[in-house]
Amino acid sequence: MTTAATAQLDTLVARVPALREFGYWMRRYRRVWRGTVVMSVANPLLFLAAMGAGLGKLVDANHSGHLAGTPYLDFLAPGLLAASAMQNGFIEGAFPVFQSSRSRGNYPAAAATPMRPGDILAGHLLFVAFRVLLSGVLFLAVVVAFGVVGPARAALAAVPVLLTGTAFAAPLMAWAVTVDRQSRLNGLYRFVVMPLYMFSGTFFPIGQLPHWLRAVAACTPLYQGVALTRAVALGDARPGATAVHIGYLLALTAAGVWAARRAYVRRLNR
Amino acid sequence: MAGPAALVERNLVIYRHTWYLLLAEIFEPVLYLLSMGLGIGALVGHVPGLGDPSVGYVDFVAPALLATAAMNGAMNETTFNIYGKLRMLHTYDSILATPLRIRDVALGEVAWALLRGTAVTVVFGAGVAAFGLVHSLWALLILPGALLIAFAFAATGLAVVTYVRSWQDFQLIQLVMLPMFLFATTFYPLGVYARPVQIAVECLPLYQSIELIREPSLGVMDAGVGFAALYLLAFGSAALVVALRRLERTLVP
Repeated sequence: MTTAATAQLDTLVARVPALREFGYWMRRYRRVWRGTVVMSVANPLLFLAAMGAGLGKLVDANHSGHLAGTPYLDFLAPGLLAASAMQNGFIEGAFPVFQSSRSRGNYPAAAATPMRPGDILAGHLLFVAFRVLLSGVLFLAVVVAFGVVGPARAALAAVPVLLTGTAFAAPLMAWAVTVDRQSRLNGLYRFVVMPLYMFSGTFFPIGQLPHWLRAVAACTPLYQGVALTRAVALGDARPGATAVHIGYLLALTAAGVWAARRAYVRRLNR
Repeated sequence: MAGPAALVERNLVIYRHTWYLLLAEIFEPVLYLLSMGLGIGALVGHVPGLGDPSVGYVDFVAPALLATAAMNGAMNETTFNIYGKLRMLHTYDSILATPLRIRDVALGEVAWALLRGTAVTVVFGAGVAAFGLVHSLWALLILPGALLIAFAFAATGLAVVTYVRSWQDFQLIQLVMLPMFLFATTFYPLGVYARPVQIAVECLPLYQSIELIREPSLGVMDAGVGFAALYLLAFGSAALVVALRRLERTLVP
């Protein structure tokens, strides 16, 4: 990078304190990125190969009417993509926030500088979004390599992935900053995230669920993310439904940011 | 057996207040089962390769999930929990200051993991039976089968944990366990693969575990079940020998 560009970057960082927090997380990430990349590529690859290709053989041979002629792999891949955005949003939004907010963590340290709680939140959320997007792009590369989606549609599908990730991460950060025991985060994963994963249309259309459960599933954020990602990836998006999905996810992100701002201020200004 | 029994008693006393954690371990296979039953089963329909057309997809998957639950219950206990005691809490250093020897610790922890694996299996198995997914009296063999699976993986976990250097290394264990879970015929029969892949899958301990549970619960009893039992017994014994030797070296009093 040229000196002029570096100087410009320095002024930008000086003007926007949130970027310092973002820089902190990026410097940390520079040391551990290898492991996370292995997991973000290996995980989807394994699930796609086992469920998409293996189980897909049984599903496609059965010709059931549920998928309306879509091969199972094409149906599953966008669902898994959205579900992994949720999981990445959870992993990046829950445990690091919990650990950072404890005494001697990096949040209190940052709060002792001129940075305000809102800056700390914004910088960290920016990093979480970066992580969700990075994993999503790697997953999409795998999906393109499998020949499920073309490169153009895959690029477009990065948007719903990012939206799904932030819709989970922002409210989660609002809560994780107040939590006092790590077992609560584990409990949330087991009893909320896992059921969402299994019943939000990732592995099968929610139309197959009993009537009352279908209504519940349609209201969950993961279903909205899955439906949006699938519509974009398969290229059959309808304007009305797409607007609802995007509006839902944006509203959840906004509400999460609002709640997180309040929680961060309360936690770090004491 | 007084030594190992003392260690099991110690664990019982400690875990008395956290028994509900076992519920979480049962919750996950139940979720998988519901998801399979309500959703994927309808997509799959009849499982090819199984003679009896009345056997639905859920009947096919449930025994595999049961075997996986026994495996995870035992293996989580001897990897995560023992790593904490070995490297963080130095529990064994204190225990070895008593008349207990390293052999007692190893056998006691494996016995304890077996107990936990069995508890998970019994509750999950009762659930499976309540769903009406058990068709044959041979299904009574599920309990000894699950015990054998728990033994094999508890011993394996104990051997593996002596090589773990940090919490990050658990990701490497996941990198082995997840593909094994996905590819060991949990969700679809072996016939899906090409023959060379089939042979590789047949070598996996989880594949043999699933055979050990699936065949009797579908009412099939053949040489494969006996082979699976022998395989797991040999696998677990070998792992136990390795674990003992490694622990002797790690925990020199």
